[in-house]
Amino acid sequence: MSAALLRVENLSIGYDAGIGQIQALRAANLEAHGGEVIGIVGESGCGKSTLVAALINLLAPNAHVNSGAIYYKGTDILTMDRESQRHLRGPDIAMVFQDPMTTFNPVITLGDQLVDFQHHIDGVSNAEKRKRAGELLARAGIPDPELCLRRYPHELSGGMRQRASIAAALLMTPNVLVADEPTTALDVTMEAQIIHLLRELRTDYQGAIIVVTHHLGVVAELCDRVYVMYAGQVVEQGLVDDIYHAPKHPYTRALIACDPAHFEEHTPILPTIAGRVPNLLYPPKGCSFADRCDMATSRCREITPPWVRISETQYALCHEARP
Amino acid sequence: MTALLDIAGLSVNFPVAGGLFDTLIPGRKRYIDILDGISLSLKSGETLGLVGESGSGKTTLARSILGLSPISAGTITFNGAELRSRQSFTNMRRSSAMMFQDPVASLSPRMSVGALLTEPFIIHGVVMQNRKVKAEELLSRVGLSKDMANRYPHELSGGQARRVGVARALALHPKLIIADEPTTGLDVSVQGEILNLMTELKTLMGLSYMIITHNLAMVRHVSDRIAVMYLGRLIEVGPTREVFKKPLHPYAKSLIASEPQPDPRKRRADLAIKGEIPSVLNRPRGCEFHTRCSIAQDRCRSEAPQLRAIGIDRIVRCHFA
Repeated sequence: MSAALLRVENLSIGYDAGIGQIQALRAANLEAHGGEVIGIVGESGCGKSTLVAALINLLAPNAHVNSGAIYYKGTDILTMDRESQRHLRGPDIAMVFQDPMTTFNPVITLGDQLVDFQHHIDGVSNAEKRKRAGELLARAGIPDPELCLRRYPHELSGGMRQRASIAAALLMTPNVLVADEPTTALDVTMEAQIIHLLRELRTDYQGAIIVVTHHLGVVAELCDRVYVMYAGQVVEQGLVDDIYHAPKHPYTRALIACDPAHFEEHTPILPTIAGRVPNLLYPPKGCSFADRCDMATSRCREITPPWVRISETQYALCHEARP
Repeated sequence: MTALLDIAGLSVNFPVAGGLFDTLIPGRKRYIDILDGISLSLKSGETLGLVGESGSGKTTLARSILGLSPISAGTITFNGAELRSRQSFTNMRRSSAMMFQDPVASLSPRMSVGALLTEPFIIHGVVMQNRKVKAEELLSRVGLSKDMANRYPHELSGGQARRVGVARALALHPKLIIADEPTTGLDVSVQGEILNLMTELKTLMGLSYMIITHNLAMVRHVSDRIAVMYLGRLIEVGPTREVFKKPLHPYAKSLIASEPQPDPRKRRADLAIKGEIPSVLNRPRGCEFHTRCSIAQDRCRSEAPQLRAIGIDRIVRCHFA
């Protein structure tokens, strides 16, 4: 495999909360190669948003990078000065946000905004920039791009706005495209269309796509490799087929078992994961999932679990995991 | 079993804000049909799932049942009495409850959970012995601890706020609970907890539910019957199991096929449905689904299909079902 386009190494981030620091991300590792679609799954509070914010250098002011690095093309982007970080956003790492309504300025037409987004490109006239914006809107599946360019964001439906925000991200021809819950705000029919669009894009797009979601169905439909996160840690990583058909971490197994889309037959009592996510102000000493795990032993509660290599592509953070 | 709720030919339309001419000339005022000729019944103890894309009129239907949207035509009968006057709707709301889509937004940020839970008693003038005891009783019924009563809505997690929403809906021992997207925004494991709680309370308290959602994976497990809406009209109604096994309307079929499968080996190569739901301001002629339908013929473009009964308990609005 070629050198990773983006590599997150041992990244720990905490938020100052007055009474202490919330350990939102603990020693996370991640790699993304060109032409790959990566999925990051986990429930609320597992640290996915913190990881994404770190990737695009938009961490909240009270966030502290306690350790680790994010290498983009070999350079640590966390040690760059703010100005260089700003230059990375867009042409190198672009982002599609969850809520397509707040992506755009409501009082400027889409066309004007999409032209503005290209302000860093020199020697190209505005008319050409507009033409290019129109082409990308068409690429993102908008039926009448010329009309769309003259519209304001509120005149488009949610699905169309999300297509437009994907087009806006692609306008920069980024090397890494990060999509945070790109389909959560949409209907199933629109969700299927956006998944289809993202899947189509990867064929003619050389960069890496990172999709962050809590929806297991979206990951299964779209991604090549998956990182499962729990309580600020990556607890399992692997190829999508291995994660769904041979999960090694008990949390991954429980998460998949909970998805109601899994049962064909009518199931009146749905499976759940008993217990709560640990308080990350005081992360547990041993395994973070021990309290909710039915395989947990005293060792799990006391000793930090190892990162067990299952195969060349699959790893799990669990004492009990075996290849 | 008799029907608890019976809706017959319900229509809701809203006037369109037009130009100067429309306001000056009487009779020029235009209306858009948000709901058109909805006939649906809900038996006591039954769970009905109402599904459709955004803009299909699901929420308007729920609002009109509770008397929150004016009805233009048709009748609603609840528990044997027809709902017409404001008073009849007020009485109806005494024995029914709504769970709103956004649980945090539906709770007043300035009231404690305890006060929120006992507010329905005060609104409807129901006597309660002790406010604090009542609130604690309701909290324990939905699996929350007693000290939650002193918290404020912003201090609750998404799942806890949902539970408070359920507790508030249960306060007056309703017969019917209308739940608008009861699990959106929740994690899968918490979603299961809320649905299990709702199922448990249903048997315990003899409730009937109308669950409005676009989450098909969820509605499949909790509802007995399912009604699919498209542009303010019912297009298919039937027992959940049968509809999922063999959907008759092409829209229901593609809606079920659109649901992402949590199995990478079952990836779909092509799209089940393309395009968007048309605007109610500009309804397509003939069958309203023909613009997105894969089996549409000339007949569909000119002639609107009527609802037809198939078998004993299924109805469908399609020429070719």
